[in-house]
Amino acid sequence: MIIDDLISLPQFSLHQNEKDKTMLELMKTLHDHHVTNSVAYKEICKRVFKNEVNFNSIEDLPFIPVSAFKNHQLLSVEDGDIFKVLTSSGTTGQSVSKIYLDKDTARLQSVALSKIIAHVVGPHRLPMLVIDSKAVYANKSSFSARGAGILGIAPFGKDHTYVLNENFEPDEAVLKNFLEKYNGQRIFIFGFTFMVWQFLQKANFDKKYDLSNAILMHSGGWKKLVEIAVDNQTFRQQLKEKFNLKNIYNYYGMVEQVGSVFMENEKGYLHAPNFADVIIRNPIDFSVQPIGEPGLIQVLSVLPKSYPGHSLLTEDIGVLEGIDDSPEGWKGKYFRILGRAKKAELRGCSDTFNK
Amino acid sequence: MENNQKLVHAFHEALGIDSNLIKDNLTYQSIPEWDSISHMILISQLEEDFNVSIETDDVIDLSSFKKAREILIKLGINF
Repeated sequence: MIIDDLISLPQFSLHQNEKDKTMLELMKTLHDHHVTNSVAYKEICKRVFKNEVNFNSIEDLPFIPVSAFKNHQLLSVEDGDIFKVLTSSGTTGQSVSKIYLDKDTARLQSVALSKIIAHVVGPHRLPMLVIDSKAVYANKSSFSARGAGILGIAPFGKDHTYVLNENFEPDEAVLKNFLEKYNGQRIFIFGFTFMVWQFLQKANFDKKYDLSNAILMHSGGWKKLVEIAVDNQTFRQQLKEKFNLKNIYNYYGMVEQVGSVFMENEKGYLHAPNFADVIIRNPIDFSVQPIGEPGLIQVLSVLPKSYPGHSLLTEDIGVLEGIDDSPEGWKGKYFRILGRAKKAELRGCSDTFNK
Repeated sequence: MENNQKLVHAFHEALGIDSNLIKDNLTYQSIPEWDSISHMILISQLEEDFNVSIETDDVIDLSSFKKAREILIKLGINF
């Protein structure tokens, strides 16, 4: 099976044993490609994984921490083939990750993402409300992760309407006009998780709005919401109470693996699509955790070819909830995010990788 | 207006580029004016000018001027 087959199959359709085989072949090829084309990746593999060449399962493949993209220039293409550089938002005082895309990888990312989103939204473009401002696109040559995230979703919408003005303040008139215009129709709302919370859920609107016809998709992580004690359950519950908004889909993805996102189902669990996977690792010795045991989340994707981001150890803690047995029939692994790893848990990891 | 001219005009309006540049070999992201933001403007322009509805797969597939014509033909527009 080639990458395009994995993408064009209906998503969440592969059983884990079948997927393990397919992914292993593709991941081995990618690993070899990156060893050949990225000196930095080769060095990391040599130092940490002793350049093992016999991988019997995807669990044996090397993985590099996402933080490596901050400290190393990780790319597997010639400078002339770089077509876009994505950067992570990065918190104050930290350096930014840089992700180098060539045309081929960028195309795969957008096609792959579209298959996952279409699985939830359907093939028809819906009127789209964006909980953000057009000002996120201010710097065109180096997009912010948020701008890139919104544009990745834009093909699913039409009449894209931004609720926040240029100063990032909610404009109730915009919301009101949009909802009146599409009264009774299905609409699509997209925003980053904390933006949705802050500027939709917590906004002081004069009127009450009914969003029962809306599909809300949100992403970007829970870090800011965990700080104010808002978890996924609270998020879903309160949006339902305030707007009668019931169709809510979170997805988990990162700028280092654009296109490979893990989509939430109705139960609030995240599912791996056909061309990506997740492994939960013990934070002390990096061994593989069984179902129910929390650990660091490793994400694998067959998409990254222009940069070695096919197997990454994140700084998030998660727990595997099951394999192939999800109640709504989605196959493969599904998991839950518990939060960010504490500094101490990551220290061992970064000492190993960032010498 | 003849449909090919109409198509050139739609590209010209949406991307803000000179009509001389709008040829079959013009591809998405090959010029700064045709980026992922203006792409969505172009899609709306085409939907309006040709009175068609373009589905998500075609939004992603519409990667050149030539491809735009092919997609419109598929949607029943004659060229």
